[in-house]
Parts: sequence; structure tokens; C-alpha cells
Amino acid sequence: MAKSYYDPADLRKFGKITEWSEELGNKFFDYYGKVFEEGALSAREKSLIALAVSHVVKCPYCIDAYTKDGLQRGITKEEMMEAVHAGAAIESGATLVHGVQMMNKYDKLSM
Amino acid sequence: MTQSILTDIKKAAKKSLKAKKDALANAQMQLEILNGELFADGDLPYFKDKIAETGQFPLRPKTLEVLQINVGYMCNQVCGHCHVDAGPDRKEIMTRETMQQCLNVIRNTGAHTLDLTGGAPEMNPDFRWFVEEASKAGIQDFIVRSNLTIILANKKYHDLPEFFKKHNVHVVSSMPHYTRGKTDKQRGDGVFDKSIKALQMLNKVGYGMPNNDLRLDLVYNPSGAFLPADQAAMEQDFKKALKEDFDIDFHNLFAITNLPISRFLDYLIASDNYEDYMYSLVEAYNPAAVESVMCTNTISVSWDGWLYDCDFNQMLDLKVASKVKHIKDYNDDVLSNRDIIISQHCYGCTAGAGSSCQGTVA
Repeated sequence: MAKSYYDPADLRKFGKITEWSEELGNKFFDYYGKVFEEGALSAREKSLIALAVSHVVKCPYCIDAYTKDGLQRGITKEEMMEAVHAGAAIESGATLVHGVQMMNKYDKLSM
Repeated sequence: MTQSILTDIKKAAKKSLKAKKDALANAQMQLEILNGELFADGDLPYFKDKIAETGQFPLRPKTLEVLQINVGYMCNQVCGHCHVDAGPDRKEIMTRETMQQCLNVIRNTGAHTLDLTGGAPEMNPDFRWFVEEASKAGIQDFIVRSNLTIILANKKYHDLPEFFKKHNVHVVSSMPHYTRGKTDKQRGDGVFDKSIKALQMLNKVGYGMPNNDLRLDLVYNPSGAFLPADQAAMEQDFKKALKEDFDIDFHNLFAITNLPISRFLDYLIASDNYEDYMYSLVEAYNPAAVESVMCTNTISVSWDGWLYDCDFNQMLDLKVASKVKHIKDYNDDVLSNRDIIISQHCYGCTAGAGSSCQGTVA
């Protein structure tokens, strides 16, 4: 067995998940492909959203994939970093907004 | 100490692989890598086997449309991705005698496009004479591949836009990105500003302007180990940025994939990207692109007159598999009856929408 949970070479084996469940695997990849086509949002905009989400869900495969995808689309590093900050801001906001729950509970328990 | 090491590295980067006596300057060594374990062990299929799946092996030429002539490997730039390994230290230059042999072919060929490349073709001392003579042959599309910065490199080149205009030359220029950082990283410090200035000079004489027949097209190569995106989308991005920031106009953008040979191969290996890049090329393989790959309609001539299926095969020293191997013996019928020589670098021309010196093909 590999000594590490993550191997960069595993990314290119992603398609193999269909081997153990062809129907669900194919449905997933069809859906995935469709999502990233040009639509009301451009494929370029979706690539930046995917990059931001990749960071929020902390998926090293996704970060590799969407950094490369961004480079291919001519997306600049400034745009990429701003997207990462947008993801990080929502993530830290999601933590901090729970501060209101803490405050509510604190106030309720306090005399 | 550190400073001197950095200076050494910078100096080395400004030399060709050949001048550095790098092992990869040797075509045989490059071919060994391209035939190496990644393919020999069966991890990836050989190009030959891949095209055989759709009955496209052996690859055969169709009607000759493009005669591409490399007039020398000397260049004022040393770009990190250059498949020619061109640079100021390269001395391979086409002589007037070989040019004369080319002219004999140009005057008689049915090819509709003549495509001059290098190096910086303008650095050949007989370049202007050759252009003047060739333009008399009445070829439909006469391309000169100019790196742009040459126009500003020396006073004697400042009038090139006028010269090109006079001979109705179609200018095709490299422009890796519309931002300074990416361009300079691939092509050298200051290249971006000079390229912008040169494009403005070309625009000034009418090149690239809407509704003007003086054609100015740009070539985009990815500045790193990734493939080009959709050519039409990139063209829109380039047009918008160059117009808004610098008031520059051009006609079309050709997105060209970097092939894993010469300096780009050296970069891929040094940056540990070779394996991933080859996987990317094979994964993006498109049989429809094989149908129109440029070696099927092009003959490439080297500075010393040898004939090749394409400029990449020229750099790998893979001469045409034909009895006729030199421009002095040129014969359309004999040449059209040959098999095109292929290796794993060919995956670069069949990835995605395909790639050729004229951009995407599929």
C-alpha cells in the first residue's frame, strides 16, 4: 500500500471509479462534464468558482486540476488568488457567523 | 557567492542548448526520451499504435499546400520554449545558393502558401533579397514569422513594417500573453514592451487593422506545462486586452501547443513536468485532428536545404522518408509518395482541437 493518502498520479486514474460502479460513475461524469460547459455562466467563470471551492473543500487533486485549467484558459494568477480569497472569506465568514449563536447562548445562560 | 551563481544561471539561460553543450541539443537523445519507458513500458500508447486504432497509420501526405522554409537558427531572443533551440549563438544560416534552389521550387510549386521561419528570419543577411525574389513568384499567401522584437533590436530593422508592406507579406508574430509578466518569463526581460511597440508600428502602416488586407496574426504558445485553451476564446481575450490597454489591432490568434522537443523538453524534464505533460497530450488525443495535421500538407526546408515533414521533425533531424531528400532534387510526385515520419512528439499536434503553424486544425 502507498505510504501517503494522496498521490498526484491518482488524479489521472479518477475515471477508473466507473469500473466498480459503471452506472453511477458514468452518471457522475456526464453530470460533471455538463456542469462545466458554457452556459449562463462562462466556462472561464465556472473554472474560477471550481478553484475557489477546491480550496474550501481542501482537495489537492482539485487544486492541481483547476490551477492547470485556469492557466490553460489564460486566467491570471491575480484572478486565481482573488477567487481563493472569495472562498476563504466565505469559509471564515461561515465560522464567524456562528459567533452570533455563541453570543445568543451566552446571553441566554447569563443573568 | 550567491549573486555569482545567479549571474551564471542567468547567463546560461541566454545560451542555446547547443552552445551549452547540453545533452538534449542532440536529436538522438531527444528521440530516446520520446521513445523511453513511459511508452516502452506500455503506460502510454505509441503514437503509431494510437493512430492505427482509427486506420490512420501510416500517415500519408495529401496535396502540398504549404512550403515552409527555415532560413536559419540565429535569433535575437532565447525563448524558454523554443523548439528550434534558436539564439544569438546559432550560426546555421541559409546561403543565397540554397535560397536560389528554394526559389526554383517556389516558382513551380502548386503550394498556395510560402512560410518563412527561423530563428529570426530577418537576421539572415540575404533575407530581403529572398523576400523580394519570392514575392515575384505570385504565391497567394506569403508568410514571414517575425518575433516582433527584431523590429526594435537594431536601427537597420526599424523599417521592416514598411518592407513587409511593400511586398505584401503576411506577418505572423509570437505573443505568449497580453500581460507583461507571462511574456517576459517565457521570452526574456523587456520582450513584452518591445513586442507592444512593434505591434503598434505594424498597425501604423496598416497591418492588422480591420478591413485592411495587410494581415497580422498572432501566435499564442502556453507559457508552461499546459495546453492552450479554446483558440476563439483566447482570441477574444487577447483582442479585448490589447485594444483596451495598448490600442493594438490584429486579425487572428493561432493557439499552438508546445511540442515536447528541444528547449521545451528540457524545461519539462528540469521542472519534473514531462510525465504529466505527456499524459495530458495523450488524454487530449483527437483522431479528427490527425486528419488535418500539418505534415499532410506541408514540406519543411532546413537552412541547408534538407527536406522534412515538418519543422519539428527538422529539429529532430528526421529527414523525409523519400528518395528526394534535398531541395535541389525537389520533385512533387516523388515526395507525395512517402510515409510521414512520426514519433511521440506528434501527440502535440493532435491534442484537443489540434495544433499547426496555422493554429488549430479540427
